[in-house]
Amino acid sequence: MPLNILVLAKQVIDPEMPLSAFKVERENRRVSVPSTLPPVVNGFDENAVEAALRIKDGQEATVTVLSMGQGFALEVMKKPLSMGADTLVLLQDDAFLNTVDSFAIALALTTAIRKLGAFDLIIAGRQASDWDNAQVPLAVAEALGLPSVTTGKKVEVGDGLVTVERQTPEGAEVVEAPLPALVTVSNELGQPRYPTLRGIMAATRKQPVIWSAQDLGLDASDLRPRVETVDLYVPVTDAECELIQGEDEAESGRLLALKLREAKLI
Amino acid sequence: MDAVDSTGVLVLGELEDGALASTSKETLAAGRSLAGGLGQPLSLCIAGADTDAPAREAVAHGADRVYTVTNLLLAEYHPELHLEALAGVCHQTKPAIALMARTTAGRDLAPRLAARLGAGLAQDCLDMSIDPESGRMVARRPVYGGNAMAAVVCAGTPQMASIRPKAYEPLEPDPSRQGDVVPLEVALDPSMKRVRLVERIEEESEGVQLETAGIVVAGGRGLGSAAPFKELEETARLLGAGIGASRAAVDAGWVPASWQIGLTGKTISPNLYITVAISGASQHMAGCSGAKVIVAINKDAEANILKEARYGVVGDWQKVWPAFTETLRELLG
Ligand SMILES: Cc1cc2nc3c(=O)[nH]c(=O)nc-3n(C[C@H](O)[C@H](O)[C@H](O)COP(=O)(O)OP(=O)(O)OC[C@H]3O[C@@H](n4cnc5c(N)ncnc54)[C@H](O)[C@@H]3O)c2cc1C
Repeated sequence: MPLNILVLAKQVIDPEMPLSAFKVERENRRVSVPSTLPPVVNGFDENAVEAALRIKDGQEATVTVLSMGQGFALEVMKKPLSMGADTLVLLQDDAFLNTVDSFAIALALTTAIRKLGAFDLIIAGRQASDWDNAQVPLAVAEALGLPSVTTGKKVEVGDGLVTVERQTPEGAEVVEAPLPALVTVSNELGQPRYPTLRGIMAATRKQPVIWSAQDLGLDASDLRPRVETVDLYVPVTDAECELIQGEDEAESGRLLALKLREAKLI
Repeated sequence: MDAVDSTGVLVLGELEDGALASTSKETLAAGRSLAGGLGQPLSLCIAGADTDAPAREAVAHGADRVYTVTNLLLAEYHPELHLEALAGVCHQTKPAIALMARTTAGRDLAPRLAARLGAGLAQDCLDMSIDPESGRMVARRPVYGGNAMAAVVCAGTPQMASIRPKAYEPLEPDPSRQGDVVPLEVALDPSMKRVRLVERIEEESEGVQLETAGIVVAGGRGLGSAAPFKELEETARLLGAGIGASRAAVDAGWVPASWQIGLTGKTISPNLYITVAISGASQHMAGCSGAKVIVAINKDAEANILKEARYGVVGDWQKVWPAFTETLRELLG
């Protein structure tokens, strides 16, 4: 039996966009960017796809990518397919518009995972670069009763176990858990692979499976947020920078040291 | 959980080498102000093998009551057993608000606990207060890597929040403060452990610890390779400073991941933070918002870091840094 791996991936605003493009619509309590700036697959979720594909490189496995949202850019969300994933499942519905609530998202994902049937391993990015919650994967694990391991940088599967080397503030640790399990990964996993030409061709031919809220048996009351945004604004920074400038750059360096001494900072 | 009989603020405490973790003391300070806003008591719970000493510390740092779950199975942190213990305490004590620090353990525990309790969780909060009209907690937190701030309110009970380390200062401890210690029973057994620690790989850290350093020096992508970090390290030694880096420098493989400062790295709060060739992306600044004075050396006068720094030098680090270091050497003897 091939290993059945699910990857959770989110479409987000490109975090590398120029700040001038980033608009906070305070009255609507949401963020917008010009439509000319395409969204991206959340960076850590690309690491998750990479983690799944590395497992698939070494053993028979299928990789299914699952995403919940509204207004997907298909060519963006197909990237995992062009990297080598087998199937893309999009949970797409107007009812999911502006769903930033982690538990509502987790409920939709959990329902879809149950509908997909048996699986061995779920891999997700450690957090999404929009709300930085780091919450959905753990809520999914809790709902499905799975053991969870976070911030993995190396994920291996064998003998019914997943072995994860994870980054910690002190260094790293190796932990293992019985399958089925959920693992989140971090950028320390390394660069996600680039899509190959063959991969891109294969992805063009593949159509995503699209499920609506109704397909999942969910309605608006199920998706009621547990955390409500009451305000959204741009923070003000009040730092006043004093530029230290000498005759040349070396003198600027000297003056900086003297300045820090004068300010009793060193 | 039922909102009707829920009351008080509960801090989910953590232990560090048998003592109450500094982040739990910060969380008590946050809890104290919320409990004041509600006119309700502040409790802390700890789960461990030996809870007497940390319980006293918690009272000295502002807790009116300490719930203890004392069990040998909790001697070492284990995500599943500690989750079970905390969930048990929440079920038995029914807090209106439950708070936790966003530490390594807190990042794992808080979301699963919220999911288990059916509660809402405000993540990564910098500041919380009670709305006098509704009596609900309003939590402020950065989103989009720090490019925006959100104020959020949790529906349901308990209202949960995880707090960014260093966002609050612990209260001045008062050893004469009195509080109750209430032991609780939570059924635990070893079969609840599914995740198993196989090995801990500690990095040899010779230098000063970043989280507690008074001065931190950090380098970014603009350093161009691993070698310049040696120069930064030398200066850091001179200053007795900790050494860090941006994620770009970590991703490039120039320095270990444990050097990373920022949203997904370490949170620092030194008196002096000296950055070299770091642009100051919001996700980096998220890790140093507690720094008292930021210094930036950057060749780009438009770099964001210069908008957030107290002192800046616009120039090439290759020319600025040697002279800076040389002068420090003269000054510090
Ligand atoms: C979800 C998410 C989480 C993230 N978490 C973190 C995190 O925890 N920590 C973090 O740091 N980043 C994080 N990032 C990445 C962050 O957005 C930036 O990409 C990163 O901080 C950039 O690092 P940098 O400043 O070193 O590089 P750059 O942005 O490339 O800046 C390099 C700077 O060096 C200057 N420079 C170049 N040459 C010289 C020279 N000769 N002399 C002087 N100056 C020079 C340039 O002017 C420039 O300002 C995260 C991103 C995302 C999306």
